[in-house]
Amino acid sequence: MVTIILNGEKKEIESEVTLDRLLDLFSLPKQRVAVELNKEVISRKDWEKTTVSSEDRIEVVHFVGGG
Amino acid sequence: MDSGFTLAGKTFGSRLIIGTGKYRSFDEMKAAHRASGAEMVTVAVNRVPLDRKTESFLDHLDPAMQILPNTAGCYDAEHAIRTSRLAREALETDWIKLEVIGDPVTLLPDNEQTLEAAKVLVKEGFIVLPYFSDDLIMAKKLLGAGCPAVMPLAAPIGSGLGVQNPANLRIMREQLPDATIIVDAGVGVPSDAAIAMELGADAILMNTAIAEAGDAAQMATAMKLAVEAGRLAYLSGRMPKRLYASASSPIAGAIK
Repeated sequence: MVTIILNGEKKEIESEVTLDRLLDLFSLPKQRVAVELNKEVISRKDWEKTTVSSEDRIEVVHFVGGG
Repeated sequence: MDSGFTLAGKTFGSRLIIGTGKYRSFDEMKAAHRASGAEMVTVAVNRVPLDRKTESFLDHLDPAMQILPNTAGCYDAEHAIRTSRLAREALETDWIKLEVIGDPVTLLPDNEQTLEAAKVLVKEGFIVLPYFSDDLIMAKKLLGAGCPAVMPLAAPIGSGLGVQNPANLRIMREQLPDATIIVDAGVGVPSDAAIAMELGADAILMNTAIAEAGDAAQMATAMKLAVEAGRLAYLSGRMPKRLYASASSPIAGAIK
């Protein structure tokens, strides 16, 4: 098992996966979102070639109402 | 007549910029946006919830509007920079409302961290619109860092207190005649917006005053009119204040 921190929550996944696959695993949207891996933004075009490893911190953000 | 204002090469006919937070429904928000005539709206960057499906908030915004993501909720330069980069990646926009908060009770800005973040973001090509305390020297530093506008507060975020220090805004206007000054936060009622515009602000950014009004769309109309009225008044040049009366009708010739 691989333990990651996804949006501040500790999550276990079966194996190392790409960011693209990670979004699928957690049923997260892919349009108009952005992904950060260990504080670095990972461009959408690199989601399929970036692998998530144990202890990685991932942030997936979208937009909400704000002032 | 007023021809609007230009920011980073883009001209806005409306001098009212509004938020998207705190509305009771999407329909109410959309009606308020339409009524306001605003051409730019702010949005916040937030974690996607893991436990439920979410619809895209952006689908509820008029596509013609310029979207201005903010860095709300950031308490230091590093978080604000990271949030800005995420917003750019997700929205493909270089525009960012830079907001670095100093404490959770007052939500007053941390000017030092704001300036630090602004310097980094400008270098990275962002169009940085910084929210900060209404201070001339800070405004100069932010403009010096390459921000195309400065956004001094009128009062704490969501307070609705109105312009608390008109002298500061007036000084900023007089000392920075060419700067774009957008009053951001603290407006409660249309007269507050009018006062800020009369003092020479180029535009006003507000959220709560419209979203928390009993009738948000109607308040948005009122704000639109107030911003226009205040702008025209500023351009017209106000009469001098006098301590004593000055008769409007001729005194000589009145019957005795």
